[in-house]
Amino acid sequence: MKNVLEFSYLIPLFPVIGFLIIGLGRKYLSRPLTGIIGSGVILISFLISVWIFFQVKEGNSGVVNYFNFISAGSLKIPFSFQIDALSSLFLLIITGVGFLIHVYSASYMHHESKEHFARYFSYLNLFVFSMLLLVMGGNFVILFIGWEGVGLCSYLLIGYWFKNTEYNYAARKAFVMNRIGDLAFLIAIFMIIAKVGSVNFSDVFSAEGLQKLSPSATIITLLLFVGATGKSAQIPLYTWLPDAMAGPTPVSALIHAATMVTAGIYMIARSNLLYSLSEVTQNIVAYIGLATALLAATIALKQNDIKKVLAYSTVSQLGYMFLALGVGAYTAAVFHVMTHAFFKALLFLGSGSVIHAMGGEQDIRNMGGLSKKLKITFFTFLIGCLAITGIPPFSGFFSKDAILLAAFEHDERGKILILYSISLFTALLTTYYMFRLLFITFTGKFRGTREQEHHLHESPALMTVPLIILAVLAALGGFVGIPEVFVKGGDKLTPFLSSVIETNHEPVSRSTEFFLMGLSGVLVVATIIFTWFRFKNYQPKEQKGFGKVLENKWYVDELYDKIIVNPLNKLSGFLNNFFERFIIDGIVNGVGRAVNYSSRQLRLLQSGQVGSYVLLMVLSILLLLLYQFFIKK
Amino acid sequence: MQIDYYIYLSLALFCIGIVGVLTRRNAIIIFMCIELMLNAVNLLLVAFSKMHHLKNAAVNTSAGSDGQLFVFFIMVVAAAEVSVGLAIIVMMYRNIHSVDINFLNRLKH
Repeated sequence: MKNVLEFSYLIPLFPVIGFLIIGLGRKYLSRPLTGIIGSGVILISFLISVWIFFQVKEGNSGVVNYFNFISAGSLKIPFSFQIDALSSLFLLIITGVGFLIHVYSASYMHHESKEHFARYFSYLNLFVFSMLLLVMGGNFVILFIGWEGVGLCSYLLIGYWFKNTEYNYAARKAFVMNRIGDLAFLIAIFMIIAKVGSVNFSDVFSAEGLQKLSPSATIITLLLFVGATGKSAQIPLYTWLPDAMAGPTPVSALIHAATMVTAGIYMIARSNLLYSLSEVTQNIVAYIGLATALLAATIALKQNDIKKVLAYSTVSQLGYMFLALGVGAYTAAVFHVMTHAFFKALLFLGSGSVIHAMGGEQDIRNMGGLSKKLKITFFTFLIGCLAITGIPPFSGFFSKDAILLAAFEHDERGKILILYSISLFTALLTTYYMFRLLFITFTGKFRGTREQEHHLHESPALMTVPLIILAVLAALGGFVGIPEVFVKGGDKLTPFLSSVIETNHEPVSRSTEFFLMGLSGVLVVATIIFTWFRFKNYQPKEQKGFGKVLENKWYVDELYDKIIVNPLNKLSGFLNNFFERFIIDGIVNGVGRAVNYSSRQLRLLQSGQVGSYVLLMVLSILLLLLYQFFIKK
Repeated sequence: MQIDYYIYLSLALFCIGIVGVLTRRNAIIIFMCIELMLNAVNLLLVAFSKMHHLKNAAVNTSAGSDGQLFVFFIMVVAAAEVSVGLAIIVMMYRNIHSVDINFLNRLKH
């Protein structure tokens, strides 16, 4: 009997079928039908993923080879899927959260015209397909196909409202930033091919492959990390993610929660054996992650666009995940990816519900007191906030605590608590900006126009039901990884992932762990209370001094414009005006002119005088004769 | 009998023909010069075939006969050429009342 895992090809197949049906039939399919097909294919993928997940849980994992994809010389790249604990977990997150977002979109986007509605859903399906390919790929090349597909789909969806020039710029920015990372990733793949002669995970991460790679592990892992900073929005390539808010809100939820930004985390978690070889890279990953977490959190403090706050919180949370990867706590990173997928999808969809109720308004300065009218949205959003700030027993508590603990353990070896203290401080910033958002939006007096106030309404069931499901997941999702200090055998994630991720850490003592949890818990609650008193009667006011710097995102975009974009523009202008016009055109026109001129001279030979023709003929024959007799030997 | 004299003679005839073609403007004279060159070649062919025959008669009784065959061909072709060429010259004279080839420069258009 064939291995049942071979049926896993159905998981990415259904979304691509959905993409084709909806994409090609966009003029004929009605909106409800489009929604049903678009969500249905993802649901089917989700059900198959669940089945695959239980297969993997019973120990049935491995690589499935389908056909030979590329064969060049000694290099053979099969089209293969790797189904193991890591990829099956990601499959559940992608298809599960993705399905809820699809259902939500069907209601959120209902005011779009039929054709655009179908275009939107076809892109969504393609997006999920690419992401599935990315996590299922059994080698770096298949992973890269998914990687590029995700980049393309993000471009298409961020620029979904393509008539708005600003949105197109945002889409272009996302694409270009990703391309920078992709180049580094591609170079890393080539280096792996050069060293190992194969791109299969099973070969690269075997003892033999790692031995061949170990001399150049630092450079390869650094290049892979640059690829990951592009996709997962880390310093210095993070600026595209906040701008990606130009897309429809469910798209932001999809990009931030289920797909795209987790790709970098997945890739590094997948290559954890390789990363363990290079301590330099690990430190760089940890510090970049930490810096990103802190920087993004400070920016989020002063943002007034509801989606921008969430966007920077995503960047910040991704920084946490990279911190975890850098200190070697791969399981904690994957755990945080999972819980983050729940609460960030919840928060984004909740903000979508708010925007929907406000008739497209995104500025929280014009909101306030929404909790009375949007009860379900408010409660689910509150759960999301509690989860992201890490209040026990919500999911964020367990995963964030695992990361903080890992940072602490790493610090203990180095005797200074820099990683731990900064990440704890960032956690407090997270609490502050999330509850600031919550209080400004949902409590106090309504500050919008009278018309908006009249229009306020709770969203339809198609939008609230996904919110409720995600709220339940965000509240309870952490229980798969209860720390051992609470319940013996409560951490089900680490043993499950142990086949893919090596864990070799000596746990800190029970009392230290309890102390750390208590410390972060008390500080977070104190921050919430502080935030409440600060924002319960919020009145918008002009920002001055440091607040203005934060509101303007540390002027990073302006800095990039100054030092990279403008010089490049100038160089392009120079090349266009000088190099193109004088050198390239000069060569091309010069060839033409030379031919023209020489032809005009040669034309004089044709005089029409028979005598001169004959003379030339005789001279030529004489020359030939001379050549024949005297020169040719 | 030395072959050299035949070669010198035919070379001289050929050169006279070339110079005539190059320098004269009268179409009929040019025509005659061309005939002169053809006959210089004929003379050479006959001389060489005779030489060849004398050398190889013992081995091959028909040695050198192909050269003489060529001469006959050339004479026939030259006769045909003369008839056509003279016809052209006559037509030329009827049209432009001259046989000067320098008036015939309309080939370049």
